[in-house]
Amino acid sequence: MRIKEDAMTMRLVLIAAVALLTSAPAVAADDALTIGFTVSRTGKLNNDSTAQMRGFELWRDELNNREGGIQAGGKRYKVNFVSYDDESANARVQQLYTRIINQDKAQFLFSPYSSGLVATAAIVSEQYGRIMLTTGAAEEKTYKLGNKNLFQVYSSADLYLAGAIQALKELNPGAQIAFVYKDDPFSKAVLQSARKQAEQAGLNTVLDEAYSPETTDFGPIINKVISAKADVLLGGGHYPDGATLARQLYDHKAGLRWVTLLVAPDSPNFATLGEAAIGVSVPSQWEPQVSFKPDFGPTAAEFTQRFQAKYGIEPGYHAAGGYTAGLILQHAIEQAGSLDQAKVAGVLNNMDVTTMFGRTKFSTNPKEHGLQTGHEMVLAQWQKKNGNVVKEVIWPKSAKSSDMLY
Amino acid sequence: MAGIIASIIDGVLVGAVYGLAAMGLTLIWGVMNVINLTHGAMIVLGMFALYFLTTGLGLPPYGAVPVTIGLGFVFGVLVYWIAVHRVIGRTHLMSLLSTFAMNMVLIGLGTALFSTSPYNVPVPLSGVTWKGYTFTGTHIMAAVLALVIAGLLYLLLYRTRIGKAIRAVADNRDAAELNGIPTTQVLSFAFGLGVALAGVSGTLIATLFPFTVLSGGAYELKSFIVTVLGGLGNPAGALMGGVALGLIEGVTTPFMPVSWVPIIEFVLFVFVLILFPRGIFAFARS
Repeated sequence: MRIKEDAMTMRLVLIAAVALLTSAPAVAADDALTIGFTVSRTGKLNNDSTAQMRGFELWRDELNNREGGIQAGGKRYKVNFVSYDDESANARVQQLYTRIINQDKAQFLFSPYSSGLVATAAIVSEQYGRIMLTTGAAEEKTYKLGNKNLFQVYSSADLYLAGAIQALKELNPGAQIAFVYKDDPFSKAVLQSARKQAEQAGLNTVLDEAYSPETTDFGPIINKVISAKADVLLGGGHYPDGATLARQLYDHKAGLRWVTLLVAPDSPNFATLGEAAIGVSVPSQWEPQVSFKPDFGPTAAEFTQRFQAKYGIEPGYHAAGGYTAGLILQHAIEQAGSLDQAKVAGVLNNMDVTTMFGRTKFSTNPKEHGLQTGHEMVLAQWQKKNGNVVKEVIWPKSAKSSDMLY
Repeated sequence: MAGIIASIIDGVLVGAVYGLAAMGLTLIWGVMNVINLTHGAMIVLGMFALYFLTTGLGLPPYGAVPVTIGLGFVFGVLVYWIAVHRVIGRTHLMSLLSTFAMNMVLIGLGTALFSTSPYNVPVPLSGVTWKGYTFTGTHIMAAVLALVIAGLLYLLLYRTRIGKAIRAVADNRDAAELNGIPTTQVLSFAFGLGVALAGVSGTLIATLFPFTVLSGGAYELKSFIVTVLGGLGNPAGALMGGVALGLIEGVTTPFMPVSWVPIIEFVLFVFVLILFPRGIFAFARS
C-alpha cells in the first residue's frame, strides 16, 4: 500500500511539474505566421523576381532576429515564408497559389513579380478571400475587377512616364517623340497613359510602335525612328529588350537627345553597357538616394546599407518594394492587434503612412480597390561622374540628386 | 527611300548571321537525320564564351572566334557521344527527346550559374554612316565573318576527304560503311562541326546585342525557319535562307507596324513548306 501511494504521488508531482513547465507565460510562446508567395527562380523574370524576394527575406530576417516577430494582441508571431518557383509562368502561379492557400495554409500573401503573373495570382487570392500585398505589379486593370483584398505597393503603370513627360515639357516643348515599346500588358498600360499625357502636355508624337517580346534585332525599328526624325524616345519593356534597345540606339547613332526606357536601366547591370548607358533615364519606384522621412521602419539610407551588407550589391526598387510590402503588412497586423483578415484589411484600407519607399495609401473605391494612390515615381538617369557611369535622381525636383542631361 | 534601303542593307547583314546560326542545324539534320534541339543552348554557350574570353582572359572580341570554333567542336563531339550516338537511326522522337533533355540540362545549369540577367560585351568598332543611318561596324564584321566561315565550311565539305566522307554518310550510311568509311567517327565529327557553327554564331551575335541565358530560343526558332527555306543539309542554302529572312524583316519593317513582322515571317514559312517542301534552294539545285 505504501509503495503504491508513493508511486501515485510521484506521478502527480510529475504531472504537476510538466503542467507548470508547459504553461505559457504572457508573451513567451513563439507562434508562427505564414506568408506565402511565388518567386521566378527560373524563366525570364528571374532577375527582378530574385531582387524582390531578397527584399522580403531581409524584412523577415530583421523582424525575427531583432524584434522576435510581429507583436499582435498580446502574442508574438515569428514570420515563416512558404515560397515556390513559378518559372515565370502563369499556369504555375495559379497552381502554386492554390496550394499555398489550401495546403500550406498561409495566412497572408505576397504577390509574384510582374503585372502578368500578379493578375493570375489575384484571381486565386480573391477566390479564397486572402489578403495579398502586391509588389512588382503596376498594371491598374488588376485592381479594377472588383477585388476586396488586394493592396498595391507600387505606383500604377499610368504614372510611370508622367515624370518624364513633365520634364520634357520643361526642357523642350517642341520635342518630337517616338514611342517604341514592348507588346506586353505592363508596357502597353504605361504607354496608353503616356500617350494621353504627351497630348495634354502639347508634345508631338511622330512614331508609336509596339515590338514583339521575341524581337532580337532592333535595327529596323531604329531606322524607322531615324526616318521619323524623332529627338526623344520613350518606351522599352523589361530587361533584355531594354538593354538591347539601348545599346543599339547608341551603336546606330540614332541622334536622340532623350531616351527613357522602362525597367531595364534601373538594374546596376545596365552599367555594363558603358557609353551606351549615358543619358538613358528610367522611371523608378524608388532609388537609394531618396530622402523620405519614414513613420516607421528604416530610412532609405539605412535600408540600402543593410541590404548591401547582406547581399553585396546595392538594392534597386524591386528589393525596396519587397521590403516595404513586409513593413506595411507588419504595421497593419500590429495596429489591428490580430491576424484576423477583416481587421487587418480594415487597417490597410485606412492606412496613410510614409516609409522609406514614400507615401502609401490604398484606394477604397470599390471600383479600384487597393490601387496605390499615395506613392510618387522618381526619374533616374545614368550619367558620367568622375569617369564612372552612375545613376542619379533627376526628377522630381524635390528629390533630385543631380541635374538632367539633355 | 533612304530609310528603306538602310533597312534592306541592315536586314542582309543580320541575315548572314541568321544563316550562319542555321548552318549548324541543317548540317546535323542533313547528315544524321537528327533534329538538334540543343541548338539554342549551343548558341548561348557561344555567347557566354565571348563574354568570358574577353572579360576573363582579356582576348580581343574577334580573337575569340577561332577559340569558340575549337571549343564548340570539342563540346559537340562530347554531346554526340553522351546524347546522340545511341539514338541515331531510331525514330525521330527519340532524338528529339534526347536533345531536348540535354537542352533542359544546359539551360538549367546556365540559369543556376548565371541567372537570367543580361550580359553585354561592348565592341568598339566604328561603322559606316550614310544619310543619317548607321551600319554598325559590328554588324558588318559579323556578316563578313559569317561569309568567311561559310566559305571555309564549303571548302571543307567539297575539297577535303573528311568532307567527302561526311557527304557520303549523309547520302547513304550503309554504303559508306561498306566502303570502309568509319561512319560513327564521321558522324561525331559532323555533330561537332554543327555545334561549332552554332557556337560561333552565338559569339558573333554577342558582339551585336546584349544576351541572357534564354536568348538562344529566339535564334533557334529563326534557324528552323531558315533551314526549311534553304533545304535540309544544304549549308549554302542555309546562308541564302538566312539572308532571305533578314531581307524580309528589313523590307517589311518600314511599311507596317513592327508587330506584324513575325506574322509575315511565319506566313511565308508555311507558304514555303507547302510549295517547296525540300526548301527553295534545294529546289533550285535539283
